[in-house]
This record gives sequence, C-alpha cells and structure tokens, in this order.
Amino acid sequence: MHKTAQTEHRQVFLTGAGDGIPIGLGYFAVSFSLGISARTAGLDPLQAFIASLLTIASAGEYAAFTLIAAGASYLEMAAVIFITNCRYILMSCAMSQRLDPSAPTVHRIGMGALITDEIFGAGISKPGYMDPFYTYGLASTSVLPWALGTMLGVIAGNLLPQAAVSALSISIYGMFLAIIVPPSRNDTVILGCVLISFILSWLSGKLTLFSSMSEGTRILILTLLIASAAALFFPRKEEPDAQ
Amino acid sequence: MHNNWVYIAVMAGVSFLIRVLPLTLIRRQIKSRFIRSFLFYVPYVTLAVMTFPAITQAASAPAAGIAALSVGILMSWFGAGLFPVAAACSITAFAVSMLF
Repeated sequence: MHKTAQTEHRQVFLTGAGDGIPIGLGYFAVSFSLGISARTAGLDPLQAFIASLLTIASAGEYAAFTLIAAGASYLEMAAVIFITNCRYILMSCAMSQRLDPSAPTVHRIGMGALITDEIFGAGISKPGYMDPFYTYGLASTSVLPWALGTMLGVIAGNLLPQAAVSALSISIYGMFLAIIVPPSRNDTVILGCVLISFILSWLSGKLTLFSSMSEGTRILILTLLIASAAALFFPRKEEPDAQ
Repeated sequence: MHNNWVYIAVMAGVSFLIRVLPLTLIRRQIKSRFIRSFLFYVPYVTLAVMTFPAITQAASAPAAGIAALSVGILMSWFGAGLFPVAAACSITAFAVSMLF
C-alpha cells in the first residue's frame, strides 16, 4: 500500500504518544507536589495549569513558585527561569545538530518549545534525524498530565492533612535526586559539584550576607559560582551532549 | 503588588526563548569549551542547591527530611527511576513524621 507523508507522520506521532505515557505518569505524580507549592505561592488552579502547560520545567517552576511566594521582582523571575532552565539551551543546541538541515522553522519552534529532560532524552536517543512528529507524540501524552497534575495539586492540596502535604512536597526533591545522583556515581567532577553545592547551599543559609537574599537569588549566585568554577577547573573533554 | 499572570507570562516567555532560539538560530556547534562545560554542569549544581538543605525543611520534622534524603540518594545511586525515587521519598517522609 502506498503510504502518503501524512499517514507516515500520523504513525510516528502515535509511536511517540505511546512512548510518552510512562513519562506522563511520572510527570503527573511529580507535578501534583509542584501544585502544592503553586498553592502556597497563591496561584489559583487555572493559573497553575497555564503556568505548567507553558513552562514545562520542574526545577524552573519550583523556583518560580518560590519567587512568587516571596513577591520577587519580574526581573528576578526572568533571571531565575533563565538559570534554572539553562540546560535547555544545551539541549536545544544538541537538537539543532540532529535535525534535517531543511527542517522548516515552524518545526524547529515546535520541537524547541517542547524540550524537557525526558522528551529530549527519548527523542535524541533515536538514530538518524529527529522527527518532529515523534516529539509532538511524546508531548501529547506527557505535557497535559504535567499541567493537570499541577492544577490538581492546587485543588487537592487543600483537602489533604498537613503531614501528607509536606510528605508529598518531598517528592519533588526525590525527583531532583534521581536526576543528579546517577551521573554523580559515574563522574567524580559531577559528584564533587553536587557535594560542594550541598555544602555551600547549607552554609549560605547560615551566613548573614546570603541569608538576607531571596532563595531565588541565592540559587542563581551559587549556580553561576559553582558551575563556572567547575567549567574553569574541569572543562569537559567529551561531548557534553551525551548527558 | 505583583500580578500572578505577569509572573506566568515571564516564566513562559523566558522558557520559550531559551528552548527555541538555539534550535532556530544556531546551526553550528558552540565552540567555547568553557560555555559548553558551564552549561553541562549547570543542571546538577542548580538541582543540588535547591535540594539541600530545603528537603530537611520541607518535611514536618527535620528527621523525616533527612530520612527521605537518605532513601532518595540510596535508591537513585542504585539506578531507581525518577518516579520510584520520588514516591519512596514521600512515603519515607510521611512514615517518619508519623513517629514524631
């Protein structure tokens, strides 16, 4: 049977949608706890839904909600979103090397806008040029649960007892650990970065100079400081794309 | 007073530009080894800074947070995925906070 480009696109999309389901399940649980911090920041369910749908970033959103709760400036918000999502610049660069050079700008925008750690990871692990429709499929079953989970966290965070809410809010840190610990096991420099980050983050809360700053500014300064030092003293030899 | 919708617009706008600009504008590899290395280390440092000591303060008792941190590190060290680690940290924190 002759396959038109359209049915091929649909098949690729459906494959992506299937692969996106486990990602979506994980997203839902994690974004629920993110919704609890959105509620603490004073967002209503619709605001939380839109914020999650358009930002699609666990660490970035978590930092953003912390900033909203603290009444930070819009400039501080822009800077913190930039720094917490810095890795997407790298992923976007990596993807630019794996696209058909003739790929139209509309697909470059579409694929770029949907970059998350997991969508990037699943997409780039496929051999050959990246297919935009595979990315759209992945996103179709994972980004919506992400946004819905955040919204439900705002709504149901009210109904749960305090011990359950604080226990659930821990899950976001569990997710962060699952991202930073496995590479630390294989790479001493990453391990060193993580340990120094833990220590300096803890110390900065104790020092008067730092503790008077907002949490977002502290994250920003420590990240610039530690990541620059690591890049200066331990520049990557291999292609950093292979993270 | 700040408006939540403006905050959301800033979050969404900056995230969009970060993701889309390199893919649409840069058609060659970034040459600077320093910038490449810096971008490589950024996610680990940011996430680590955000995790500790915040995880010990988020739980209803510091011991619950420390227990969750230990369980999370151990499980991810031995290769457990994102969702199992997140769930185990929550359950641990809840169980330990029940003891206090």
